[in-house]
Amino acid sequence: MSMLNFFKGFAVTFGKLNHATKSGKVVTTSYPKEKRDKPLRLHGRHVLNRYDDGMEKCIGCELCASVCPANCIYVRGADNDLDQPTSPGERFGFIYEINYLRCIHCDLCVEACPTQAITETKLFEFSFTDRQQAIYTKEELVVDDTGKPKHLPWEDWRPGEDEFTSAWMRATSPSGAASYAGKVQWTPELGYGTRQPEKGQSEQILETEGDQ
Amino acid sequence: MIAGLDPLFLGDAGTMEVLLIVVMKVVVAFALLLVSVMLYIWWMRKFIGAMQNRVGPSRAGPFGILQTLADGIKLFFKEDLIPNKADKLVFRIAPFFSIVPALLVFSVVPVAGDFSSGGDGTVTWFGNKTFVQLADPHIGILFVLAMSSIAVYGIMLAGWSSGSKYPLLGSVRASAQMVSYEAALGLALVAVLMKTGTLSTHDIALSQNGGITDWGLVITGFVPFIVFFIATTAELNSPPFDLVEAEQELVGGFHTEYSSIRFALFFMAEFMNVITMSAVMVTLFFGGPGGYYPSFGPAWLWGLFWFVGKVFIFASVFVWMRGTLPRPRYDQLMDLGWKILIPLALGWVLLLATLDVFEDRGNDGGLSQILVLVVSVTTLTLLAGLLMKSITIGKERREAEGEEVFG
Repeated sequence: MSMLNFFKGFAVTFGKLNHATKSGKVVTTSYPKEKRDKPLRLHGRHVLNRYDDGMEKCIGCELCASVCPANCIYVRGADNDLDQPTSPGERFGFIYEINYLRCIHCDLCVEACPTQAITETKLFEFSFTDRQQAIYTKEELVVDDTGKPKHLPWEDWRPGEDEFTSAWMRATSPSGAASYAGKVQWTPELGYGTRQPEKGQSEQILETEGDQ
Repeated sequence: MIAGLDPLFLGDAGTMEVLLIVVMKVVVAFALLLVSVMLYIWWMRKFIGAMQNRVGPSRAGPFGILQTLADGIKLFFKEDLIPNKADKLVFRIAPFFSIVPALLVFSVVPVAGDFSSGGDGTVTWFGNKTFVQLADPHIGILFVLAMSSIAVYGIMLAGWSSGSKYPLLGSVRASAQMVSYEAALGLALVAVLMKTGTLSTHDIALSQNGGITDWGLVITGFVPFIVFFIATTAELNSPPFDLVEAEQELVGGFHTEYSSIRFALFFMAEFMNVITMSAVMVTLFFGGPGGYYPSFGPAWLWGLFWFVGKVFIFASVFVWMRGTLPRPRYDQLMDLGWKILIPLALGWVLLLATLDVFEDRGNDGGLSQILVLVVSVTTLTLLAGLLMKSITIGKERREAEGEEVFG
């Protein structure tokens, strides 16, 4: 009877009330009190890495700036002071600024960097109130002495977001060549040391190469 | 008499006292209505959210109660646009044609008072007996009908004066819809008025205070209530009859070109109307502030409690319909109003009138009453069948002529 179906519709919506008041049944996430888990290799805010002995990895080659499609990186290299070198090598990144109003988080800079100096965290919830605050300088980008990114006052860091910043690089091989998959190409990272490569293009390669 | 039946005006209270009590009532009624609109919108959003498996407003204030206030403040700060091709004067005054009737209808509704079996609905404040309603003119319910007719003007003028297509279409549809359902509304009302014999809202509420069997719902049969309910939903442009302002149909309908405070006035007027018409329905059919009064506490407060409870249930039913029913097509809506509700209401009025005349003539039940009932119901069913048949024949003839006829 079509007349009864009319009232069945009301029963459906009324039944939803009971469903919704039970905890855990509501499908809404109470952002920002609770956030959904971020994917392991999410592209977020960048950090400048350092070696285990504290020297910066950035050699000021400006490759990241030249590959950036949004022109948001400003790098200037300078010669290393021979008594107190900042980076192993001849030059280091003297000025390093990223303008996050322009950055599109494509991470081409992460791919281009020859020393794996720049990688990205999972943080995208940073909202500054001033244009000057948007231009992150080298002091703000460099990791601190434990290897974790600096927590700036306007950034909303949650547990787990400042770990494994090199996750995306670790899963891909340099220039995507399959023959490099599974081989440890990674230099020791401050706070993490040398880590295993993630399963990338070819799981068979990882298994056949054994423990690396 | 303009002053109405309120004992405050009929008695011998001093002018200053009368003035103070009236001003106090006005201020309280106005403030109460605004706050209740705010809370109703919050409750509606929470309730619809729950029916749709989501949380409603939850950030502004505890449980999101201040969300409507935040929306109002936001609207207040928006830019006030008047389109170039708009009729400036009418554009400006149209929102007031919507909100002022919405506010005024509430003035004749009995909100509280001692409506238990022995009470007379009055309350004694500062030594003066008065009703807990702003005004109780002799024309009570007619005032409600008049105000809902003026509300149509607000929508019509808003759409026409906007100077663009969609608002004009929306307002034309709205005026046709509201006017046609007002006829059904009036007829359903006539059924109640025939039984109560008075237009004054206070007396209507008072005549229902003998318990559930005295409620308007029962003494008119249940059909006038159903007709009144459906007609009210269409009058208020409330879903499922909200073609007028549906975003999927007409952008915003008649209020497309309105922004800032003017839009806020339309928005508030719409939900205020829901509350006031629920209050009117409660007064006519559900005994107003009547109900079971325990012996402790002041009686008029129990009246308020029952009234608020009943209006809350009705307002929630409107929200429930909003979350459940799909929209009918415009011609289906018109068919419902003209071809189903009006004949039904009219037929029921005739039936009730017949039974009333039968009782008036001194016949007191028994076999002859059953006979009268049977004869009238049969006649009405035959007439209804005739109407349905004529509608179907009309459809078939139009189909035969090649005109496309929708179901």
